[in-house]
Amino acid sequence: MSEIDDDSANGNEGSSNAPRKPSGNGTPAVSIAKRQTNRRRVLRTILLTGGVLGAAMSGFLPLVYAQKKRLRPPGALDEKDFLGSCIKCGQCVQVCPVSAIKLADLVDGVGVGTPYIDPRAQACDFSCDAVQCILACPTGSLTYHKPDFLPVRPGAALAAKPILLAKEKDPEPTLNMHERIGVARLTRPEACLAIQGKGFKGQTRGPEFKGKMRYMDVDRWKPVKISSHPYDVAECDLCVRECPIKGAISIETVFAPDGSQRKSPVVHEPCVGCGVCEMVCPVEPTAITIEAGEVWKI
Amino acid sequence: MSALLKRRFFDQIKVLFGAEPTKPKEISPAAQQIHFYKKGNRDLIAEKLHARAHATPSHKWRNRRWATLIFANLLFTLSFGLDIQILEGALTASRFVGFHLIDLNSALQVMLAHKHIINNLLIGTGTVLVLWALLGGRTFCSWVCPYHLLAEWAEKIHLFLVSKKLVTDQNMDRRLRTVFWAIFALLALATGYTVFEAISPTGILSRALIYGPGLALLWVLALLFFEVFFSRRAWCRYACPIGLTYGVVGIVSPVRIIYKLDGCFHEGDCRKVCLVPHVLDTVIKGRAVEKEVPIGPDCTRCGLCVDVCPTGSLSFEVKGLSKLA
Repeated sequence: MSEIDDDSANGNEGSSNAPRKPSGNGTPAVSIAKRQTNRRRVLRTILLTGGVLGAAMSGFLPLVYAQKKRLRPPGALDEKDFLGSCIKCGQCVQVCPVSAIKLADLVDGVGVGTPYIDPRAQACDFSCDAVQCILACPTGSLTYHKPDFLPVRPGAALAAKPILLAKEKDPEPTLNMHERIGVARLTRPEACLAIQGKGFKGQTRGPEFKGKMRYMDVDRWKPVKISSHPYDVAECDLCVRECPIKGAISIETVFAPDGSQRKSPVVHEPCVGCGVCEMVCPVEPTAITIEAGEVWKI
Repeated sequence: MSALLKRRFFDQIKVLFGAEPTKPKEISPAAQQIHFYKKGNRDLIAEKLHARAHATPSHKWRNRRWATLIFANLLFTLSFGLDIQILEGALTASRFVGFHLIDLNSALQVMLAHKHIINNLLIGTGTVLVLWALLGGRTFCSWVCPYHLLAEWAEKIHLFLVSKKLVTDQNMDRRLRTVFWAIFALLALATGYTVFEAISPTGILSRALIYGPGLALLWVLALLFFEVFFSRRAWCRYACPIGLTYGVVGIVSPVRIIYKLDGCFHEGDCRKVCLVPHVLDTVIKGRAVEKEVPIGPDCTRCGLCVDVCPTGSLSFEVKGLSKLA
């Protein structure tokens, strides 16, 4: 075995004291073959540059063609700041007791690896009481206290700290949240059982549904499957019954356009956008939806 | 440190940023003497022992390293999967029994993009900075990064195909990595998005191992495909800004490989197995400036050269401490 490396290309390895033969203009002579190799190497380098930068830039495409806004975990900064500050570690995923938080995939481009909540599949029911995901976030992407230089969008700020019904009797009954992550909206009133004056009996979302929730009358610290908790109500009020926030939604008597009176769920200002109402709504597809990143409009 | 080694120290920093290593202009008398005696003086006993050593290849450091790499990534996976909560998070940012650890390059991207640094981010980054400054900088690459292990296996396929003359290794300009580092830093600063994190195979793989596979793995597959059929270890050698970040940290690191001129047969096996052979230019016949030369900061301290060297001319060293192995 003998030394094989690029020294032969450099000219005079071995007789290291022999001077290089200077060419006419003083630079070392470079053979045509060597020059071609160099040129090819430059081309290849440009190819790799283009490939990597192209892949990186394609990450912006989902921003340009954003069809649907993601519902971010509680305490999330506004979308652009959120994407810039999230380090994509998933610590928020790890602490969530109901596994509400998922990580986005390649289709989210620069948002790959960022956390989001699909409330219909599993909403945030605040069963951790202290908003654990905010506590876990190492970069302040999810935060109790937004830095001063970041503006608060009008309507995003909550009028008061939301009161969590589950700990209403505790010395500190509020969630330390200052902004909402979305707002619930009755998007399909025609399907709403309450509006139709119908009741609901059985497992909401069916026996196969894997979503979990905390029921205070079962166990304060152990969320259970919704399918293990059947309902029997004369007039459907599941969204109101299970809403974890005090005063965020209620059943009200409203007037229909034809002047007739009927019952309807009405969302109020304290709504933080957690999505429990969307998760428990028994009709398919859901009558009430969370609009991610939406603000409170009067 | 002698003046010659000091000069080499600064030359190696340039090499880290992509410069090609150059022949030393001056060699110490002690080293010159050894270079001189190696010409035309055959030591037949040594050659015989040497041939024997070649026949029994060692994988000591490779095995230790693979075990460490797999253990570290498994600890992440099990912390979440089995809820043992020792190392929570992913490689980009995590908590080791409560202490924040944040990857230096990810932290840099977030700081540049978000322009607001909270305490936890600072604490985690500082901890990791001290940790890797002590352990060797790019040690992160070969001892922890999950992409490194996949790329090592892809490299084996690549080298097999090369030996069958089915593909050739297309090398590139190493300065590209520095250019990428600057481009991604500027992109983060200008756009406010952590652009590099979207394509970082380290982050993608780490998350896939912990939270389950996703489509983003296609990008990792594309990189591996490129490395198998086109260019050996292209991502780690020419592209990855994480490697440069940790390389800079490793400039001052006490953990390094040291080269001893005495027993070296100048066969170059170490350079053939090395991810970054430009750091081993000193092993070429007639180039060592001193009897002992430390290897530069771009070295990932993977130990493949230590394993492959039959004469023990390359070994791990902790500056100021007793020598390892």
